[in-house]
Amino acid sequence: MNASAGHLREQFDDSVQQREASTLGMWTFLATEVLFFGVLFAGYAFCRVIFPDAFAEASRHTDMLLGTLETAVLLSSSCAAALAVREVQLGGRRVATWLLLITAALGIAFLAMHGLEYVAEYREGLIPGIRYTQHGPHAASMQLFFCLYYFITGFHGLHVSIGVGLLLAMAWRTHRGAFDQDYHTPLELTALYWHLVDIVWIFVYPLIYLVGRAA
Amino acid sequence: MNTVEPAARSYLEEGYGLRSWLGTSDHKRIAILYAVAITFFFFLGGLAAALVRLELVTPAGDVMSAETYNKMFTFHGVVMVWFFLIPSIPATLGNFLLPLMIGARDMAFPRLNLFSWYLYIGGGIFTLACLLLGGVDTGWTFYTPFSTMFSNSRVMLVVVGVFVVGFSSIFTGLNFIVTIHTMRAPGMTWFRLPLFVWSMYAVALVMVLATPVLAMTLALIGLERLFGVGIFDPALGGDPLLFQHFFWFYSHPAVYIMVLPAMGVVSELITAGVRRRIFGYRFMVYAIVGIAVVGFLVWGHHMFVSGQSMYAGIVFSILSFLIAVPSAIKVFNWTATLYKGDITFDAPMLYALGFVGLFMLGGLTGLFLAATALDVSLTDTYFVVAHFHYIMVGGSVMAYLGGIHFWWPKITGRLYSEAWARFAAILMFFGFNLTFFPQYILGWEGMPRRYHEYLPQYQVLNVLSSAGATILAVSYLLPLGYLLWSLRHGARAGANPWRAQGLEWTTPSPPPLHNFARTPQVDGGPYAYEQP
Amino acid sequence: MIGLPQASGFAGRVDALFDTLLALSGVVVLGVFAVMIWFCVKYRHGSAADRHGESHRHLGIELAWTLIPMAMFIGLFAWSVKLWVVLRTPPADATPVYVIAKQWMWKVQHVGGQREINTLHVPLGQPVRLVMTSQDVIHSFYVPAFRVKQDVLPDRYTELWFTATQAGNFDLFCAEFCGTDHSRMGGSVVVQAPADFAQWLQAHAGTGLAAQGAVLFRRFGCSGCHDPHSGVHAPDLDGLYGSTVPLDDGSQVRADERYLHDSIMLPQLQVAAGYAPVMPSYQGRIDESDVLALVAYLKSRSTHPEIVDEYR
Repeated sequence: MNASAGHLREQFDDSVQQREASTLGMWTFLATEVLFFGVLFAGYAFCRVIFPDAFAEASRHTDMLLGTLETAVLLSSSCAAALAVREVQLGGRRVATWLLLITAALGIAFLAMHGLEYVAEYREGLIPGIRYTQHGPHAASMQLFFCLYYFITGFHGLHVSIGVGLLLAMAWRTHRGAFDQDYHTPLELTALYWHLVDIVWIFVYPLIYLVGRAA
Repeated sequence: MNTVEPAARSYLEEGYGLRSWLGTSDHKRIAILYAVAITFFFFLGGLAAALVRLELVTPAGDVMSAETYNKMFTFHGVVMVWFFLIPSIPATLGNFLLPLMIGARDMAFPRLNLFSWYLYIGGGIFTLACLLLGGVDTGWTFYTPFSTMFSNSRVMLVVVGVFVVGFSSIFTGLNFIVTIHTMRAPGMTWFRLPLFVWSMYAVALVMVLATPVLAMTLALIGLERLFGVGIFDPALGGDPLLFQHFFWFYSHPAVYIMVLPAMGVVSELITAGVRRRIFGYRFMVYAIVGIAVVGFLVWGHHMFVSGQSMYAGIVFSILSFLIAVPSAIKVFNWTATLYKGDITFDAPMLYALGFVGLFMLGGLTGLFLAATALDVSLTDTYFVVAHFHYIMVGGSVMAYLGGIHFWWPKITGRLYSEAWARFAAILMFFGFNLTFFPQYILGWEGMPRRYHEYLPQYQVLNVLSSAGATILAVSYLLPLGYLLWSLRHGARAGANPWRAQGLEWTTPSPPPLHNFARTPQVDGGPYAYEQP
Repeated sequence: MIGLPQASGFAGRVDALFDTLLALSGVVVLGVFAVMIWFCVKYRHGSAADRHGESHRHLGIELAWTLIPMAMFIGLFAWSVKLWVVLRTPPADATPVYVIAKQWMWKVQHVGGQREINTLHVPLGQPVRLVMTSQDVIHSFYVPAFRVKQDVLPDRYTELWFTATQAGNFDLFCAEFCGTDHSRMGGSVVVQAPADFAQWLQAHAGTGLAAQGAVLFRRFGCSGCHDPHSGVHAPDLDGLYGSTVPLDDGSQVRADERYLHDSIMLPQLQVAAGYAPVMPSYQGRIDESDVLALVAYLKSRSTHPEIVDEYR
């Protein structure tokens, strides 16, 4: 008796069809996520073309150390998630559970670090509409950078939080033996979602943190 | 083809309490939940339209203040676009019929389906709250900087409402795509799908790809309103035109979300009314897909005089002309389907023929608007208002009603009164034309849209239009009446009262919970009506 | 178009395209309706028509009614584009008139200093080029009799040109929803014979726009930096209009009306090469009509002819 037989939903003919449907569903959902972030990136690209200097200067106000650490953390977490799926595919359970917990913990670390960034940015007066104390010739158009920065990272952070929740749920289910070599679709799909969250950040990082820092 | 399964409990008999409805995962019950909700919003939006037309009977603004009028047409637009037209056919007929037409027991994700309905209701609550707390006066298009920096109305509430209902759209689309890809019965290859299913597929793709853009655009407006700064703010060097690009990038495909399902319905109604295969099935499929794809490339035709460059105008113009080609193919193919048919003129067929005529009129005027040199004069006038109402009301609403009538026996197990239905359909056709044809003339004579007051020379045509609106309103109330009446008093329907082709007609009326006792085996294409 | 006068040089051409489309549409509608009705009658249930034979595809017919409409549409497109380019390309000798839209009125400024509200006087038979901006939200300048319309945006200039070919008063409407009194934001365009127009100009003459700009140039302290004797290193404004300005990021830009406007309101947008970005923004400190006066003044300090293609 395997895990999948108990998981076959009524609308499906067999577990192959169910797995196909779930996977296609997740990929379609990820496509919509790409479009969500795509609009924000398009807006960013548009403004950056118009205000290259202001964006460069604004980017220098971001915390590159924290940003780089966050990137490293997310990349590692994706690795952990992939390893967790592999463990389950090979029939493991305990190690996989730990890997999922590590992934979630790294996600929480990411959020905490980004929270620190926001606090620092509040203190420095870099939040347009709430607390913005910048002066100088580019101060007005730098606000465009920061509007987009908070929206993009905030929206991304929301996705990270949801991902952490999903990972914890998967860790619990793995621990309880809900998955085995033949059936671990929810786990795969959660990992897929987490990889998307990571990939989005890989675009965010250079766009936000590295503008004007090459010089 | 399978014959009718032995009598089982119908889906309507699987539980009677409120919880059995509000907690259902049955696609058929979810379709009815949607039908009830969108009917409510349709009449609410219709009431707003009635008040607008009432004001426009005289040139002076003597029925309501300018502010109230502006809120009235905005509310009409928001409700009709997002809470009626976009969900109407996909969420009611699509949800009900899709699994039946492909031989499946339900959608791929039934609980997501119910969640989509709750999202619709949630978005609806925000929008109603907006209405009750003062309304919004920006027009359904929310142009910046008026919506972000100048309007004193409840923009945030409606922005949240539309944002939420957008997710309903996205998840419905996702469900459709996965269902059609993975749950077709054995033997039902892509080119054996009924055209309604193809249209649901195309619509789902557009919903899934375009709606996120709307969501983010609304979120950006919301942020700009909340914090006073944003990327559409010209004072910061931001660009109000950027808003228009983002907005129309979604909203143009959105109009195809509104019309593609209607086209799918019409193909089903005509083949059944003519008892003949559709003419040019493959071309019809390519036309559906072509419209969906090219629909993403024409958004700039809403912006010819917006400050967009002359060159962009040229590109969007040629693309807009080209997208008329697949629509023309469909009109010609529907007409050709009549050839050598065995035609009966029940209400669904009357609605379908009405659609073909009115869609053609609306579509031809689209060519006028695609021609940039003409659009300069016609944009932002009543000509555009007439154009889109011909397609959305003369087109989509009539197709929706035709579909509701056609599948009413399947959905409810009852027959409606054919005499009343034919009368209503014909009344609707005349009422519609009287309401909207004068608006073409008003537009080319220069009357701008969204006008609370107007110059006296435009009065005669406005009076005609308002008179037509009264007739149109009656013709919408009639189906509400006789359809509801049939639920209690209508004759019971057999499995296939129209003797139509299609897997949905092989189930009892109404179908049982999981549609098919055994997954059907398909061995032929759609519309396999025998030659006489 | 029925009922509307053809009061501009374009109107006849626009109407010809419209009428052609109308005729074509009429033919198509009548044709399709006729065929539909014929088929519905001939093949109605119970009639004795011959229904034998396969008739659900015919590649030749399908291609015909795909390619023929496509060819027609391309033809119509080509015609429309020719006219569109004309509509968007003012002649070099078009007289500029400045329009500022604000909720809910039209303010017009002629070069000679004449000001009008909700009315625009123009001479018969001479091309006029409107340079327009908004003080607040997006509006749209629409004269049905001339077949012209152009959205008017805040912090940007847009343009519309025409040659009036009939004397008289013609309706002017705002055609982009702009708030409460959008439908009251109308007026008229008054077309006068050149002699009458000249009289009107004289009767309403005020300080010329450029002269007004000169006064503002001193009042707002522009000369404090932009004077050759100033201690601040700021670009010389003589001959600026129409010249090519190298920017600090290596690119070049032509000093047209938009550039001059943005240099005053958004100076950090494009900084001239070799200069520090220290110019303050006048956003919120002066209004659009003052900016127009300053732009006119700066034009007077250059011999470059009027640029007419910057708004394509």
